Amino acid sequence: MENKPLLQLENISMVFERKEGLFAPPVKVGAVVDVNVTLNSGEIIALVGESGCGKTTMGKVVTGLLHPSEGRVLFKGVDIKQMNRAQYDEFRNGVQMVQQDSYAALNPTRTIFQSLSAPILEKKIVKNKAEARERVSELLKTVELNPPEQYLDKYPHQLSGGQRQRILLARAISLKPKIIVADEPVSMIDVSLRIAVLNLMASLNKKLGIAFIYITHDLATARYIANNGKIVVMYLGKIVETGNVTEVLNEPKHPYLQALVSAVPVPDPRVAKSKRSLPLKSVEMPNPANPPKGCRFNPRCPFAFKKCEEVEPELYKYGNGLAACHKLENK
Amino acid sequence: MSNNVIEIKGLTIKFPMKVGTLCAADEVDFNIEKGKITALVGESGSGKSTVASAVLKSVSSPGVISAGSIKYHEKDILKFGKDELQKYKWSSVAMVFQAAQNALNPVMTIKEQIVETVLAHEPEMKEEAIIAKATKLLEYVRLEPTRVLKAFPHELSGGMKQRVMIAFSLLLDPELVILDEPTTALDVITQDYIFDILEKIHKELGITMLLLTHDIGVVAKVADNVGVMYAGKIVESGDIFTVFEDGKHPYTRSLIHAAPSLIGEVKDLKSVRGAAPNLLDLPSGCTFHPRCSCAKSICSQVKPEVALLDGKHVVMCHIYSEENKKYWDDRGEANGK
Repeated sequence: MENKPLLQLENISMVFERKEGLFAPPVKVGAVVDVNVTLNSGEIIALVGESGCGKTTMGKVVTGLLHPSEGRVLFKGVDIKQMNRAQYDEFRNGVQMVQQDSYAALNPTRTIFQSLSAPILEKKIVKNKAEARERVSELLKTVELNPPEQYLDKYPHQLSGGQRQRILLARAISLKPKIIVADEPVSMIDVSLRIAVLNLMASLNKKLGIAFIYITHDLATARYIANNGKIVVMYLGKIVETGNVTEVLNEPKHPYLQALVSAVPVPDPRVAKSKRSLPLKSVEMPNPANPPKGCRFNPRCPFAFKKCEEVEPELYKYGNGLAACHKLENK
Repeated sequence: MSNNVIEIKGLTIKFPMKVGTLCAADEVDFNIEKGKITALVGESGSGKSTVASAVLKSVSSPGVISAGSIKYHEKDILKFGKDELQKYKWSSVAMVFQAAQNALNPVMTIKEQIVETVLAHEPEMKEEAIIAKATKLLEYVRLEPTRVLKAFPHELSGGMKQRVMIAFSLLLDPELVILDEPTTALDVITQDYIFDILEKIHKELGITMLLLTHDIGVVAKVADNVGVMYAGKIVESGDIFTVFEDGKHPYTRSLIHAAPSLIGEVKDLKSVRGAAPNLLDLPSGCTFHPRCSCAKSICSQVKPEVALLDGKHVVMCHIYSEENKKYWDDRGEANGK
């Protein structure tokens, strides 16, 4: 048990079936295909990709909201499908989620205290309402909402986006989780406040030792929060590159990531105006229900050769990372 | 003869509502230089879209332009009659709206919508001529004209719809195109591609552009001039390099420093403290003072005036205004940083 990673995803695939009409056979969409990820305790992993790459589906698999079509999720070394009641409870309490849309994630007719006290009362972390109030106040202080009395009896619509996002973080840490899955937690809040929420997540990681899976499309915030952690880059349901976040982003190996990195605007006019992006053959994302044969990136890749159209590349090792590109095969 | 397509002076836009009057733009002075890309950057609710809609004289109800002037080549568009306005809109100034998904009619093909738009402005134009022009423009934004013209909006991806909207805005050869968050909700690669197209249009057709965005990185990449908006005011404006490298307003500086980057070392960033102000109940004096790290007692009492630093670099902050220079000097508090 001791040296087991906190969470292991083994060959996870998630296939959705989409009905195409009364008589037509359903179309199968592989949202996530054969993904392996290992998360150690206290680690931050940034899960990065564009819309439709399967990153949110991955988050739902990790939290147990979706049961993968194939593969195993292991929490502290135990397959979640073979857990007994107590172990499964530990898993569900131990993995919490922070959603993107904080307004939709909070019940608009409940006060902050009601929303935050429900889980801790239910799970018997506190005995009664008075204790709950004390505990919720502490939680609000932890997420830097001071003084807590000012927020306890407010409704979600009375708070700003950044404050609501902090409430979601407070709710997530209330059950003392080991892992928090944060799905685009800052994409809906104002630019000037984003860094504050990211800094808060980083401090929760340091102080409470909570591991984070930070799901985002934004490479710059991924690099900021996962500072020296791991990055997993997905494209059309598959991992294309993974490794240490700084190393991977400084020298991306996969052409998709190279294109992505080169397309990110840099907040410095002298650098931004001289930066040239990698020209892709097409900007359109292929249909995930009918992914291209061979390497999934080959119709857009400027370096694609014959083999890329036929054989799907596996993850090749380079330095400290892995990348799924045929160019790396013989290196 | 000035070199500006649009000159905005003292523009004030108010939204009278039951709970009070909201001032979305407060004495805004802003110029759009001919042949340049000007960016207006600010967070949600800062008033950038309202200012842009005023340039088209189409502020949404219940908003009213209560003071100021907007001059298009020396002519005040706020005094335009119906006919003049009809001519001015779309053929002089066109706009690409945020979320192109909602800007296109879902039950009409792209071709029908293009023909309808052109005929509304130029009733004499032949349909073949319109299609020929649309084909050229769609090729310009790197779409397949034959396929796209026949398509309904739902058959196109988000990036394609946005490019259709850009082609739309160019139909009547406008002098100025206003782009309201043209790439929000699009992926990074698509965003980069669209700015690539926009820069090409700007260079080859010499079209002046006004870009509204909250993304500092995008501004750095495409803009020549930039104005920073906060709570309905332009707090700083000037040349892109001056504002980014020698920004004077504390808000500008913190906004630029709050943007995480892919280059350079990962250092601890600080966000602007506090939250965006309630527009119905703005702080007294300088509206930024509760969040400002250099705020002094005067900032909460007196509204700062616009101070011209050099060339076209303008800043609205007590630290730099001429009248208060003495005040700061006396107290030894004057510090440029």
